[in-house]
Amino acid sequence: MLSAEEVGIIMLSLKVSIVAVAAILPLSFGIAWLLARKRFPGRVLLDALVHLPLVVPPVVTGWLLLLAFGRNGPVGAWLESWFGATVMFRWTGAAIAAAVMALPLTVRAMRLSIEAVDRRLESAARTLGATPFHVFRTITLPLAVPGIVAGAVLGFARSIGEFGATITFVSNIPGETRTLPLAIYGALQVPGAEAMVTRLSIISVILSLGALIVSELLARRAGHGRGGHVL
Amino acid sequence: MGGAAMSFDLDISVALGGTRIATTFSAGPGLTALFGPSGAGKTTILNMAAGLVRPDSGRIAIAGETLFDTAADIDRPPEARRAGYVFQDGRLFPHRRVRANLLYGEALADPAQRWITLDEVTDFLGIAHLLDRWPRTLSGGEAQRVAIGRALLSAPRFLLMDEPLSSLDAARREEIMLVIERVRDTLGLPILYVSHDRAEVERLATTIIAIG
Repeated sequence: MLSAEEVGIIMLSLKVSIVAVAAILPLSFGIAWLLARKRFPGRVLLDALVHLPLVVPPVVTGWLLLLAFGRNGPVGAWLESWFGATVMFRWTGAAIAAAVMALPLTVRAMRLSIEAVDRRLESAARTLGATPFHVFRTITLPLAVPGIVAGAVLGFARSIGEFGATITFVSNIPGETRTLPLAIYGALQVPGAEAMVTRLSIISVILSLGALIVSELLARRAGHGRGGHVL
Repeated sequence: MGGAAMSFDLDISVALGGTRIATTFSAGPGLTALFGPSGAGKTTILNMAAGLVRPDSGRIAIAGETLFDTAADIDRPPEARRAGYVFQDGRLFPHRRVRANLLYGEALADPAQRWITLDEVTDFLGIAHLLDRWPRTLSGGEAQRVAIGRALLSAPRFLLMDEPLSSLDAARREEIMLVIERVRDTLGLPILYVSHDRAEVERLATTIIAIG
């Protein structure tokens, strides 16, 4: 029922989204922790920068990525000279676009869960002999798990749906950057490809729905026995 | 200032949110009760003894060890003070079963400094049957006994108790009071105890310090 081309599109979308989320998870948690716990100069600016992709048109985000990662852009030139690599018109570029667009959602979910951790429990752990790092590892991090899971799944769903920044940044190249939404858009331009549009759209809905259900199940398991509700 | 034999020797002051909390007292062995109205800063004094709040100036020596001294530039972090802190609200870790809560501080203590085992603690406090339970399934009295056990297992040199009875009904209060009397009389640990209940303090305290 699915053509080899369609299976390839789905696998590419999954690869791009999984790599994007895996790459931003530690970064998101670090930023979320800083925003939730630390007062430092530039905190408001960091908060605004992280949220920027949520509010500017995705085509602008894509264009900014193009400027940064292009051959003459600051990041692009650096990648080229050090690794001889480029992300232009590659699936890695699509993953970068997905990651940037997902970042506000992952940071937000994680920040809320870190803020919800009762700091009095952390004080109690200190009096029991735990160093601040041990407290982080054994109290703060485990109690924030539901938010980390929620953030990862939201980020994944956002990545699967990413369109505007991707097509602007790395174009719509079959096998490299033509993810599900780009393929659906492409098929819509072709007369008689309605069946493909329908099939790919159904797959999109199933992936997003599946992600949400998995997140709910994981969050429930993480919350088992604790009383406190999650998500 | 008290002599070297004092269990508690505090001379501290701190300004928090516009109010100044200052106290100077020395007390011998047994249970020393800080007694006074709510909002007088009793809990803040416990937090300073535990290292959770830093005094602006002064000195804290407990059971013969200086934990804080602005003049000598000493300020031991909470994890190095070996305080067994029993909080008003229990503060059991919700993601760990009772057994893992009890062993949290035990695992971090220097084995040579441990002076009580898990079996002894569960016998002493009557909580052996609770070991596999989650904290949220415990009654107030059970949770407070687990909290006391967790503090004892962390190999403390002294105990800090912040109104450990206040969230309990009358029957449970009696039960925990008996536990505290046993801790005071059989374990020989100096205890700094905060309360605003006169009857409770008169029954439990070896020394009473009025605060506020």
